Amino acid sequence: MASWIIFAIIAVVVLFIIYIYNSLIRLRMRVNNAWSQIDVQLKRRFDLIPNLINSVKGYMKHEKGVLEEVTKARTSLMSGSMKDKAKASNQITDALKSIFAVAENYPQLKANENFKMLQEELSGTESKIAYARQFYNDSVMSYNESIQVFPKNLFAKLFGFQGKEFFEADKKERDNVKVDF
Amino acid sequence: MNIYDQISSNKRRTVLLVFVFFTLIIFIGLIIGLYYGNNYFGIILAIIVGTIYFLFSYYGGANAILTMTRAKEATKPEYTHLINTVEGLSIAAGLPKVPKVYVIEDEALNAFATGRDPDHASVTVTTGLLNKLNRLELEGVIAHELSHIKNYDIRVMMLTSVMVGVTVLLSDFLLRSFLWGGKGDKKEQNQLTFILIIAGLVLAILSPIIAQMMQLAVSRKREFLADASGALLTRYPKGLADALRKIKHDPDPLVDTANKATAHLFISTPFRHNGKKSTWFQDLFSTHPNIDERIKRLDEM
Repeated sequence: MASWIIFAIIAVVVLFIIYIYNSLIRLRMRVNNAWSQIDVQLKRRFDLIPNLINSVKGYMKHEKGVLEEVTKARTSLMSGSMKDKAKASNQITDALKSIFAVAENYPQLKANENFKMLQEELSGTESKIAYARQFYNDSVMSYNESIQVFPKNLFAKLFGFQGKEFFEADKKERDNVKVDF
Repeated sequence: MNIYDQISSNKRRTVLLVFVFFTLIIFIGLIIGLYYGNNYFGIILAIIVGTIYFLFSYYGGANAILTMTRAKEATKPEYTHLINTVEGLSIAAGLPKVPKVYVIEDEALNAFATGRDPDHASVTVTTGLLNKLNRLELEGVIAHELSHIKNYDIRVMMLTSVMVGVTVLLSDFLLRSFLWGGKGDKKEQNQLTFILIIAGLVLAILSPIIAQMMQLAVSRKREFLADASGALLTRYPKGLADALRKIKHDPDPLVDTANKATAHLFISTPFRHNGKKSTWFQDLFSTHPNIDERIKRLDEM
């Protein structure tokens, strides 16, 4: 009889550990999956930028500086750590904003079908990057939280689950979200 | 209650719904059978009809709904902005697949989502919605619809329509049988059969009403939850609140292609309202919660 009770206790403990392990794995997979979503969108924007540069080059002769800035940020985007990528991504966002702002001064460019299409595509990609980042940061938050709360933290340590880094927006952008009362 | 509780509650509810549905139609079948003097005939008929109906609706229900509302698939140059919005918010919601996007040519402001799970889902908006809402408001509405998809609301709502539909169909058949008389030998009927027939008559009258009430209760609570989780996606509850305000003041809310079976799918009731404050009795039979209450809750977020 006693051996049966011990057996049952062991079985429950094992099932509990399996459950915790699986839930940690699932959360970590969600983080990785969310990261690849960001990467897909960053890549998409990376591919669209040369087309944009080509279509505006002829018009914007006096704004070489802005174009160079985009090109430079673009090259640094595809290499480096997550922090570097986040920084480069924000630089591109700002540079693209100024290109589109400058484009307002060129009615011919604004009427160009190709440019209009690129603008729609790029602003769509821009917001997808923002959404992917939001989903990634949400996933990281729930993952980091779950490996820190008791008793999951014991097993997280045992199985070698490590915390993940947030894909940070820079300071300026975060201030923009502040709610106005 | 978080979203994962909501998903498992929806899955449990789906099983319960299917169980209630089959119990109900087997009971109706039994009474039909008794009336015709052959117990097995009715039960077998009910199970066959019920199963076929259930399978057809589970796998083809979403397409039937899209055909019924005359929704057309949105394609790229014309609806690029809409498609981009859906794609972006699907990423934010972490959906496994981007839902298909459809539009209805109608000046009314409305939208709905349907499908059987997040892998087989679609979002439909009216062209009026696209014309009259700004970017932030449209995002609010799309986020609301994607929340329905992510929470598995779409499955419960689709199966509820199915259940309501077939219950009405069968009880109608039952009622007609009583009215026009059956083939069974009436002299052989004992007291039990008599009681069953009375019960059947009551059921025939009540079941469409019960089914209707279930459909309403199921869909109203869901709207608040989808509003809240939609606001979590856009991080901007005001977008959806403004959209609902515009929808409220829309002079022609009638979606020409909506009917009673599809009404509860839409973000706002697709029938005419006269702008007056609704009474509790109207609220009881409304497929949607009071729009002012929804706006109030969003404003307070």
